Amino acid sequence: MDKMTSTEPRVVGFPLRTPGEPFPPPRYEEYRRDTGLVLSYLPNGNKVWLVTRHEDVRAVLTNRKISSNPDHRGFPNISDTMGVPRQEQIPGWFVGLDSPEHDRFRKALIPEFTVRRVREMRPAIERTVEERIDAMLAAGNSADLVADFALPVPSLVISTLLGVPPVDRDFFESRTRTLVAIRSSTDQQRDTATKELLRYINRLVAIKEKWPGDDLISRLLATGTLHSQELSGVLMLLLIAGHETTANNIALGVVTLLLNPEWIGDDRAVEETLRFHSVADLVSLRVAVEDVEISGQLVRAGEGIIPLVAAANHDTDAFECPHRFDPARTERHHVAFGYGVHQCLGQNLVRVEMEIAYRKLFERIPDLQLAVPVEELPLKYDGVLCGLHELPVRW
Amino acid sequence: MRITVDSHRCVGAGQCVLSAPEVFDQDEDGLVTVLTHRPGAEEQQAVRRADTLCPSRAITVHED
Repeated sequence: MDKMTSTEPRVVGFPLRTPGEPFPPPRYEEYRRDTGLVLSYLPNGNKVWLVTRHEDVRAVLTNRKISSNPDHRGFPNISDTMGVPRQEQIPGWFVGLDSPEHDRFRKALIPEFTVRRVREMRPAIERTVEERIDAMLAAGNSADLVADFALPVPSLVISTLLGVPPVDRDFFESRTRTLVAIRSSTDQQRDTATKELLRYINRLVAIKEKWPGDDLISRLLATGTLHSQELSGVLMLLLIAGHETTANNIALGVVTLLLNPEWIGDDRAVEETLRFHSVADLVSLRVAVEDVEISGQLVRAGEGIIPLVAAANHDTDAFECPHRFDPARTERHHVAFGYGVHQCLGQNLVRVEMEIAYRKLFERIPDLQLAVPVEELPLKYDGVLCGLHELPVRW
Repeated sequence: MRITVDSHRCVGAGQCVLSAPEVFDQDEDGLVTVLTHRPGAEEQQAVRRADTLCPSRAITVHED
């Protein structure tokens, strides 16, 4: 390791973003051009390295000396409430496990998210999207596209996937919406909603144990690889991972298409939206479990590492004119879904949801337009995901 | 061009199937299978893309 440089690392503040700033923050570009790797300190004082170059982000996410497990000393939990739960808190939360423990969960779930399986879900997704558009059109000539469309669609798709009976879908959807509405719900309401959802999921698992159906829960139970407590954790994870992320991509993608109407109707906008907005900028949290070199910098065992997905996806070494929204670009190796063994399991489902959402929305409401100037759209940045609090539209 | 895959490394992301559906498929466990080990010239660009996108490096492209 003698080739490592001994230059002092650049230290930057945390959080990484201030309200009103464009996303991704222009500072990311400075970090990337400067040393690539910059040092920061979390509110709890823990040291964390921020990784900004595309090549380095991919390397970090496939390095066996770097762990996803929050039990390791120095793991960068961003705050008490926005971290990766430990297995004793929520067993089955397998984004917080490394191989080989992680693989048992992933392998059990892979068949549920294959390209073929997702294709089979298309009619159900189309129906869900159509129903939400019908409801918006019936209600008048304006809507909040976040509350009325972007949030309900993925929640309803997940409830279909899990086999939530139709009679319970409104309950399920309203609780998931409370969970993410950080501006209009209180901590207490969100806590209650989480407990209600967990209780509901536990009950659903118990029901499927007795009366199996043609759904993900029943199939997972039939494999016998997960016990019911782990299964509940897995389901909660699918819900959290697949809901707000998808919603943010739908909402931000619609705005970007309204600003770049020449791309409306072109399905390539889906992949470019994923890269361009990189909504899950701070989702992949890691810790070094052995000394490791990143970007020529020695990172010690026990130091936190956060690969910044948005920085990597706007790396000029990986993408030509990365700040331009260009669905015709040929480079598709963005890391919006992460990379390595934890790469988003539901990515093909998300792609199909986005594609159907954009297509149906602009087909059914061709004169869709923003109801407020774009600069006034309330950007939502809770420290982990980037999205919109509201998206007022009219037609 | 010749393709080999390591299904033990595969994490079922499905990027290969999306990139080169004539060459790659997912088996009933969702893991990579190869439909044609020696893809024709018209598939080779898509195969290289699949190789680049694979998050677990489960695909090896041999240029022979």
